[in-house]
Amino acid sequence: MSSIKIELRQEDLNKIHEICDSFNNEPLELINVLHRTQEHFGYLPAEVQEAIADKLNISTAQVYGVVTFYSFFTMTPKGKHPISICMGTACYVRGAEKVLDEFKKELALQVGQTTPDGKFSLSSLRCVGACGLAPVVLVGDKTYGRVAPDDVKAILKEYE
Amino acid sequence: MHLLVCGGTGCRAAESSLILESLKRELEEKGLGNEVQVIMTGCFGFCEKGPVVKVMPDNTFYVQVKPEDAAVIVAEHVIKGRPVQRLLYVDPKSKEHVPDSKHMGFYRKQIRIALRNCGFINPENIDEYIAREGYAALGKCISELTPADVIDSIKKSGLRGRGGAGFPTGLKWEIASKNKADQKYVVCNADEGDPGAFMDRSVLEGDPHSILEAMAICGYAIGASKGLIYIRAEYPLAIQRLKIALGQAREYGLLGKNIFGSDFSFDIELRYGAGAFVCGEETALIHSMEGMRGEPTNKPPFPAESGFLGKPSNVNNVETFASVPVIISKGWEWFSSIGTEKSKGTKVFALAGKINNVGLIEVPMGTTLREIIFEIGGGIKNGKKFKAVQTGGPSGGCLTEKHLDTPIDFDNLVAAGSMMGSGGMIVMDEDDCMVSIAKFFLEFTVEESCGKCAPCRIGNKRLHELLTHITKGNGTMADLDRLKNMCNVIKDTSLCGLGQTSPNPVLSTLNNFMDEYVAHVTEKRCPAGSCRELMKYSIIVDKCVGCTACARGCPVNAISGERKGPHFIDQEKCIKCGACFEKCKFGAVLIN
Repeated sequence: MSSIKIELRQEDLNKIHEICDSFNNEPLELINVLHRTQEHFGYLPAEVQEAIADKLNISTAQVYGVVTFYSFFTMTPKGKHPISICMGTACYVRGAEKVLDEFKKELALQVGQTTPDGKFSLSSLRCVGACGLAPVVLVGDKTYGRVAPDDVKAILKEYE
Repeated sequence: MHLLVCGGTGCRAAESSLILESLKRELEEKGLGNEVQVIMTGCFGFCEKGPVVKVMPDNTFYVQVKPEDAAVIVAEHVIKGRPVQRLLYVDPKSKEHVPDSKHMGFYRKQIRIALRNCGFINPENIDEYIAREGYAALGKCISELTPADVIDSIKKSGLRGRGGAGFPTGLKWEIASKNKADQKYVVCNADEGDPGAFMDRSVLEGDPHSILEAMAICGYAIGASKGLIYIRAEYPLAIQRLKIALGQAREYGLLGKNIFGSDFSFDIELRYGAGAFVCGEETALIHSMEGMRGEPTNKPPFPAESGFLGKPSNVNNVETFASVPVIISKGWEWFSSIGTEKSKGTKVFALAGKINNVGLIEVPMGTTLREIIFEIGGGIKNGKKFKAVQTGGPSGGCLTEKHLDTPIDFDNLVAAGSMMGSGGMIVMDEDDCMVSIAKFFLEFTVEESCGKCAPCRIGNKRLHELLTHITKGNGTMADLDRLKNMCNVIKDTSLCGLGQTSPNPVLSTLNNFMDEYVAHVTEKRCPAGSCRELMKYSIIVDKCVGCTACARGCPVNAISGERKGPHFIDQEKCIKCGACFEKCKFGAVLIN
């Protein structure tokens, strides 16, 4: 899946071991371990998954199976300003698709990709529960409500 | 006097926390810091006009408040006792300012049971929950009732699972209580994945203790000492408030060993989901809690026999649990007096889409769609015509005009070709293409199918392909038959609830909007004008003044014509981007 090859440093390995130890190296806690690890590294490259599998004494396939099953886990690093467009039903019927298209066009990105300079990444998510503000766009922790395609340029400009 | 600031997700996204700070600062400056309390509560439900501030005890309801309005609220209302007229809700029909929430059309028909404390208490303070009879039901169970009494009350109340399928809760508890084991589990399903539904989140954010109390009651009834809440990692605020609530409940001895000095012990742990819709299915949820891929397995065995770690487990949804303490304290007779014959109590709906009052509502079972959409919801946005309402999310169906007067309950919705689901309700108007809506839901199902069984994994993908085909104008009448057949096969042969219900959006739109499908197929026309590939742009010669704005805006040079003369669009070159339509100031570009 991931084309990015990374070399884990000793301190990275130590961090992974520390996280696994805090869950008593219990395979039942795999999802919690992955949450904490992703929080630390920002994503879960293959090398990190191998290290976790080793430490929990389970197969790498099992770890990979879980990582790829859940949409919250990612094997590619997100941009400095991750952009998420809500594609819940309420946002969809109020035009979220056109907003997403505009972001794709402006950034020349597809969903799930990151700009070469690592600044922006684009993803769609399902319902943030702010349907009164539909369509909703999240940039990092900031929420933009009632976004129209014409607002996209101005939003991106804030992060230049 | 209390000032309540809505801290629900919608209002927080609109920066209600800044309002809270400004109000506190203003009061501080006027020397009223100790006399007037400012509290951030859970969701009021009226998300459409957020951020909302409520002044108690007057029930004054201020809408779309900005941080800079804090000064006038304090100076006028708090000090002089004069409500700030310009911040009051204006009734769209009478155009009059509504003095308090009790007179708002949005609240008039609502009965709040699951949401009873949302928007009234500070969810981060256990004392406020206790002041509203919190944990009294748990006390009553432990000191006065036997576990069998508790189960009997829940059974007689007629409470059915609010997660979607509507299985009788009391019966579920009874089965779990009869299975003997050294360890049993109470599981709360807080993996709300239905796009457009946010009631579980609002309960967890606005009234977390009600869930903890209900889980302890359930533990007492079925003989479990451990509870688990499976919650989406995407709900950070709900997680944070649950953690605070857990800490306070333990400190007060309401969770932990020997609760109320009895020999009943119960504690709760949080488990995090990681974004998989299928984990709302109870067997999938249990696998996910065990650190595995969230794939469902065949039932039986049911979780009540063999669930988490192979032990008997009782799984209920957040909203189901939220109703439990009230049933115990007010009695099952009271609860079962609300609702219809087979569906008792109330249901929370997340009202969204093309409707004036987007928000979270709770109504008695048996309320009609017309009451919800046109009275509580205030009708369709921008005066457009009502077309359909989608209930039950990706597993539900689209209901139309003819269903508007059907009393809503579990059974009537299924009979109408939809389902209750978790309670998402998305309203659509004349501009929404029903084929595209069906395609949208299938896109969701294809993405969320776990891939374990072939009908769901492959079948839904084929359905989505066919629908895409049709929206691009490439479908045939035979495709429509194929759609229907495939839907029925997927329904009959899928392993779990996800696949068994995923064709519902297609089937219900085929049943109710066949003419729209036919128009796409035979006339290559989208009646709602939303399928891009089927649109045709042309220029009305009489209206065109030859300003060349359209030709300059066209990205593919498909428009030709002399300056000050009429222009034409080359249909072969046109990519239907709509740029000419947006550029034309004279209304000369026609979309067909």
